[in-house]
Amino acid sequence: MISNLINRKIFTLLKVQYSNMLEYRVEIALWAISGIIPFFMLNIWTNNNLNESINISDVMLSRYFLCAFFVRQFSVVWVVFSFEEDSLMGKVSPYLIQPLNPFFRYFAQHLAEQITRFPFALMIAFFFFIFNPESIWIPNLVILFLSIVSTFLSFLIQFLIQSIVACLCFWTEKASSIERLLFIPTLFLSGLLAPVVSFPTYVKSWIYLTPFPYLIDFPANLLSGNETNISRGLSMQILWIFLLFPLFKKIWSEGTKKYTAMGS
Amino acid sequence: MNLRKYLKVYKKFLHTSLASELEYKTNILIDLITAILSLIGSIFLLSIFFQNNGYIGGWKFEQALIIQGIYTILNGITNTWFNPNLTEIVKHIREGTLDFVLLKPIDSQFFISLKKINPSGFLEIMLGFFLLLFCIRINQINLNLSFLTLSLITISCSICILYSLWFFISTTTIWFVKTWNAIEVLRSFLYIGRFPLNSFSFSLRIFFSVFIPIAFITTIPSEVFLGLSQLWKILLEVIVATIFLITSRRFWLFALRFYSSASS
Repeated sequence: MISNLINRKIFTLLKVQYSNMLEYRVEIALWAISGIIPFFMLNIWTNNNLNESINISDVMLSRYFLCAFFVRQFSVVWVVFSFEEDSLMGKVSPYLIQPLNPFFRYFAQHLAEQITRFPFALMIAFFFFIFNPESIWIPNLVILFLSIVSTFLSFLIQFLIQSIVACLCFWTEKASSIERLLFIPTLFLSGLLAPVVSFPTYVKSWIYLTPFPYLIDFPANLLSGNETNISRGLSMQILWIFLLFPLFKKIWSEGTKKYTAMGS
Repeated sequence: MNLRKYLKVYKKFLHTSLASELEYKTNILIDLITAILSLIGSIFLLSIFFQNNGYIGGWKFEQALIIQGIYTILNGITNTWFNPNLTEIVKHIREGTLDFVLLKPIDSQFFISLKKINPSGFLEIMLGFFLLLFCIRINQINLNLSFLTLSLITISCSICILYSLWFFISTTTIWFVKTWNAIEVLRSFLYIGRFPLNSFSFSLRIFFSVFIPIAFITTIPSEVFLGLSQLWKILLEVIVATIFLITSRRFWLFALRFYSSASS
């Protein structure tokens, strides 16, 4: 019965958020377009034959960057910005009374946005294939399934990190600047702009211990068929989730005790 | 007389927005760290590109650093003036408060473009200047009067083009109401201004010099620094900047005719 109730809650949340997101189709299309930086990077790589030194062919590299684009599209998180606004406007107070952690609401919002975003991302991929017909490939079902799982795990890691940052709103009013700070290492170390294989050895020696390469590089390598260590990648992703989740719960329970309703 | 009035008004703007921004002092510190990290990150990315190649698009590493310096200065200017003000336009239009701006006995474009200021961008501008000074040393550029005037002219033209682009997109809000994502698209396009234009393929080069003139924004000033730029390029940049400024002004006046307040 309890699971039934949870199911109903989740479905209602998703349905509400999905219809909400559908209203902002144009916005989401623009968000999708703003994620095309990996394609510019691909252009620099192949146009200057930089990939010769890291032993990845043009075709494989273009598949890598396409997959990086896809993984990024489905792991974008903005919970801290929503939460900051809601907390400054005092909208968090009514959420706190409800028998549901408000982060479920944001979580459903993100999932609904990803569903809305999917057709636009496909469209961009379609254009990409028109210009690069030689890079078309069909991953086998197991790989496809595993990469969807790892993309979702990557999304979860980023969602947890941002939720932890968002909880800092209980102490300071502007937590989003901390998020902007954290975004910089994510941008440069996750593999969105350059595959992690190409990094110099002094970075490669420690980077696999941080969560960053598992955010984009690992799922993108998996999906594009580039060489990667599947079991290590998945287990590291799960490990990071297990590390971050208790931290989130702790900071959430501390924060709600500290909460002073603002603007209401 | 008129100019003096505007100067006086601008002094008031500076005073009020600085006072309100300095409320969040830790924020400014975090923004500074973010700016430093993002510069380190892009130099790191550049060093990956140059790992096994001496030249990218005909530019040496030391020369490409000049582009980074100019990009950092322009990004600082964007963060100080354009970003806080022009995102405000969206708010003005959605909430109908543009009415109050239009009623003031002062030019509306002046008011909405310069009302706010974000002091943390200053630090980024300084960071860019230090990098440029460093580049002048390692590239052994000798400073003389003609070099200084030319670089000053080209950089101010870049600022004008950048401002016009931002203002142009913000103006479209009058019709579409929620276009702040379009600004995000512009941001991601501008990102490629960190790299020499010659490192992209021919079709992208055309795109980035005609539709979104990123070529004019960072590449021509950097060429001036290296003494490579021909006179016609500089003249062209001046002409482009003038055209952009005039059209963005015309477009704003044109758009205002379609403004039909909100919720009042």
